[in-house]
Amino acid sequence: MADGPSVFEIFIGSILDNNIALAFILGMCPLIAVSTSVKNAKGMGLAVIFVVTLTGIINYPIYVLLQRVEATYIALLVFIITIAATVQFMEMVIEKYFPALYNAFGIFLPLITVNCAVLGVSLFFVNRSYNFIETASFSLGSGIGWMFAILLLAGVREKLGRFGNVPKGLQGRAMAFIILGILSLAVIGFAGLASVQ
Amino acid sequence: MNFIRMKYTKWFNISKDGLSKNNPIMIAVLGICSALAITNQVENALAMGAGVTFVIVGSSAVISIIRNFIPARLRMVTYMVVISSFVILVQMFLEAYFPFIFAALGPYLGLIITNCIVMGRAEAFASKNPIRYTLVDGLANGLGYTYVLVLISIVREALAFGTILNIRVMPEAWTDWVVMAIAPGGFFVLGAIIWIFRELTNNYENA
Repeated sequence: MADGPSVFEIFIGSILDNNIALAFILGMCPLIAVSTSVKNAKGMGLAVIFVVTLTGIINYPIYVLLQRVEATYIALLVFIITIAATVQFMEMVIEKYFPALYNAFGIFLPLITVNCAVLGVSLFFVNRSYNFIETASFSLGSGIGWMFAILLLAGVREKLGRFGNVPKGLQGRAMAFIILGILSLAVIGFAGLASVQ
Repeated sequence: MNFIRMKYTKWFNISKDGLSKNNPIMIAVLGICSALAITNQVENALAMGAGVTFVIVGSSAVISIIRNFIPARLRMVTYMVVISSFVILVQMFLEAYFPFIFAALGPYLGLIITNCIVMGRAEAFASKNPIRYTLVDGLANGLGYTYVLVLISIVREALAFGTILNIRVMPEAWTDWVVMAIAPGGFFVLGAIIWIFRELTNNYENA
């Protein structure tokens, strides 16, 4: 592509200033629910990197195929089934061949089916009409960006839970949103570094 | 007298659950992605709320009707298929009649599928209850979601653009807070709204 961002720019941009969690607000439910400890956040983050990259790469050729037969209106349905199937398949493979990894992922793998970041990545590459290489680097970058966000959030929440004196009504999830807001402001500081769109 | 009696009916309790006691956004904190991403304009929030309400009511109704035929192992996949069919309906409807809103919501419209509220109602309520209660439950949860969305978007649009539904409400000298139009504003406003709501209802969380 002559115009538009390069593959590397897309990769960096999707980690930092176009972070899928902090700038596009995707994958919030697990982000809030699993970020109570850094250990869990790490497991969830790794699982998301895995699934996002894989489904992005799988969904792209499927979308091209759907375009060819002019059935893109059904893309949504196909994407979600691909994601559910990929997650299920991965779970079986990992359980069989990498039991240590399976224990590390724990219950997070099945939860990923309903992580909107995964579906979001598939919908965004359609929206921005990326080619295959761009989709792959965007998917990987988004996964890493999401893990980056959940690790930061979990780190702050863990410390805050131990040493902070948070008002009663703000405890738990409400505070998580305030922290996320500040993190998201920080990420905006990277704006202009690389553009994804 | 009628009202007092109504207070104890199942209908009333289901509605109250969805609207306030177990409000999907403020207490259960589900379906946040769309609640934050598209609430910088009241118009979008209304469209999103209507869309989600329709999807919840429709998918819960279908799931409730076929709940005795769904094999337990396949239920998640079945829910997904039912829900995404309704989302595609909403998408096509908006694209045909309200192309502006369709463009503004973009990919977030498709993300209604992974809105945990829809899945949550299907799993927690529709799969166990007859259709007449399911309809009330779906509507109550949808409306509970919508009014929080509209609340957030009123605050954000007023502060970010000085308007509500594109009508000027702030004085001319008002400086727009750009931060409210982008992600951090959403986080802050939602955090503050949850805080206020929990203080008002004395519904605290131990975390």
